[in-house]
Amino acid sequence: MAEPLIEVRGLKTWFPVRSGVVSRITGHVRAVDGVDLTISQGETLGLVGESGCGKSTLGRSILRLVEPTAGEVYFRGKNILRLRRGGMRRIRREMAIIFQDPFASLDPRQTVGDILGEALDIHRLTSTRRGRAQRIAELLGLVGLSSDLAGRYPHEFSGGQRQRIGIARALAVEPLFIVCDEPISALDVSIQAQIINLLEHLQEQLHLTYLFIAHDLSVVKHISDRVAVMYVGKVVEVSPAGDLYRRPRHPYTGSLLSAIPIPDPRLERSRERIILKGDVASALDPPSGCRFRTRCFKAQPRCAESEPPLDTVNQGDHQAACYYPLA
Amino acid sequence: MSNAPAIVAAEGPIRRRPVALLELARKNRGVLVGLALVAVLFLVALLAPVISPHDPIATEPDNAYLPPLSPGHALGTDELGRDQISRILWGARISLPVAFVAVAVGLVAGGLIGLVSGYAGGLTDLLLMRVIDALLAFPALILAIALVAALGPSLRNAMIAIGIVAIPAYARLVRAVVLQLKQMEFVVATRSLGATPVRIVLRHLIPNLMNPVLVQVSLSAGFAILAEAVLSFLGLGAQPPTPDWGQMITTGRTFLPNDPWLAIIPGVAISITVYSFNLLGDSLRDALDPRLRR
Repeated sequence: MAEPLIEVRGLKTWFPVRSGVVSRITGHVRAVDGVDLTISQGETLGLVGESGCGKSTLGRSILRLVEPTAGEVYFRGKNILRLRRGGMRRIRREMAIIFQDPFASLDPRQTVGDILGEALDIHRLTSTRRGRAQRIAELLGLVGLSSDLAGRYPHEFSGGQRQRIGIARALAVEPLFIVCDEPISALDVSIQAQIINLLEHLQEQLHLTYLFIAHDLSVVKHISDRVAVMYVGKVVEVSPAGDLYRRPRHPYTGSLLSAIPIPDPRLERSRERIILKGDVASALDPPSGCRFRTRCFKAQPRCAESEPPLDTVNQGDHQAACYYPLA
Repeated sequence: MSNAPAIVAAEGPIRRRPVALLELARKNRGVLVGLALVAVLFLVALLAPVISPHDPIATEPDNAYLPPLSPGHALGTDELGRDQISRILWGARISLPVAFVAVAVGLVAGGLIGLVSGYAGGLTDLLLMRVIDALLAFPALILAIALVAALGPSLRNAMIAIGIVAIPAYARLVRAVVLQLKQMEFVVATRSLGATPVRIVLRHLIPNLMNPVLVQVSLSAGFAILAEAVLSFLGLGAQPPTPDWGQMITTGRTFLPNDPWLAIIPGVAISITVYSFNLLGDSLRDALDPRLRR
């Protein structure tokens, strides 16, 4: 495996909950609650989980768009959570983010050229007007848009085209690492494939490393080298993609995978589904021990007593945080 | 590019220049009419000394209470025989500057408070908003009257008072929009590129604030003109014999049963002025919104 580009250790991002007249802090939403992750140079790490499990917050915490409460994030060996403003600004050239909603992520008052040019201006990447225009045209070409669209406004584009503009903006700083925060969830299925192909193509061409956040397991399977599964602020299983889908070890992963329909009516009828009981545990007050135990069909008394670490199941690249893993 | 499908412009390339007011007026009838009305009002104010047929404060007791359309006095004369049309034209020289200054005070102070409050959040926000709440606790006109009473009745103090009364509306509006914009992904995206707060405020927040603020400017210009008229009506604004619309209504009120035009004519002048500003602001809002632009 290549050397790690990103290393996350014990990352916690808690949001205070205030109430009462004097806004006393009465609790914390533990959106990200102790996550360890490694992302190697050039790979795509898929990150899946239900909505509200903290995947977006984790992605944004790694980029320090949300300030983490505790933990360390190493980018090329340097803990970026320790960086001051100037150092952080330099690091921002090497990391970027692509958003879910292609309508909210582009400033409606700027032309496409200005949206793409902004990154160039911030980091003074081009010195002449001509160079700037040229680079903007180049970026548009890179994402498959015609370069004479630079003078248009975002509202003149379709969702898929806007997402391409969002990708071009992320590429403008020539980053090494891109957090793709559900980049295709808001798009038509027919457009989803185009964007996925574009992202893969760009990865190859520009040697990018992705953290690919999604809630669609089949999409993640297609694009990811490795996949991490999150449940209520914790990573419960991480494994090479193929392995995870063939042989999930954590009961939560198992139940997620069992929910994928099979595109063959006969097989689909005989598909065994694991139906979970109850609701997702609260990130405000997570259960003791294993967070999944309140819904788990394999839970034992031990699960309530102590929290299984991620390497409870440890088969090389495949790790799962479960005392009673699936076979 | 090999396998990424290219998307080509459906129509020919459209180059868009920065929006110019005149260009907008050419394309949008509402803007054109609003702009024309406001321009006429400003011209009237500017040219009042030239175009007025009479001296607005010269009295002619023999010619008092002439009805409109009297020879030599198109809109008649008041109780002292002063020419009404001249007084109306000169009155624009009071109303418009008052509106301008009051709106400027409200916009600059309120906008700044709103921006800082919304962007900084936390304790700053808490403190600033309590100050605004205190201002809002008083009915607008009562507060203006109290302020003028404290500062002393004069036109300058009336402008300042009306401006201060307009601050909360701007502050709360700007703060609300900033809070909303701050969460938008395009602002987060700009932050992720390493932009400084100053750049975010200047390049993203302020341009996106223009629409709601523009509407507020038009509304508060209308309010300022009305408020000035009210203050003058109460004797707290322009002092006699200054020709002022509000004051003209005060005097005219006494003669309503027999000579209603004395109060009606300045009332119409106020209405037209307020309407012009509202029309301009409203149609500008529509015309400036790129989503509605054709």
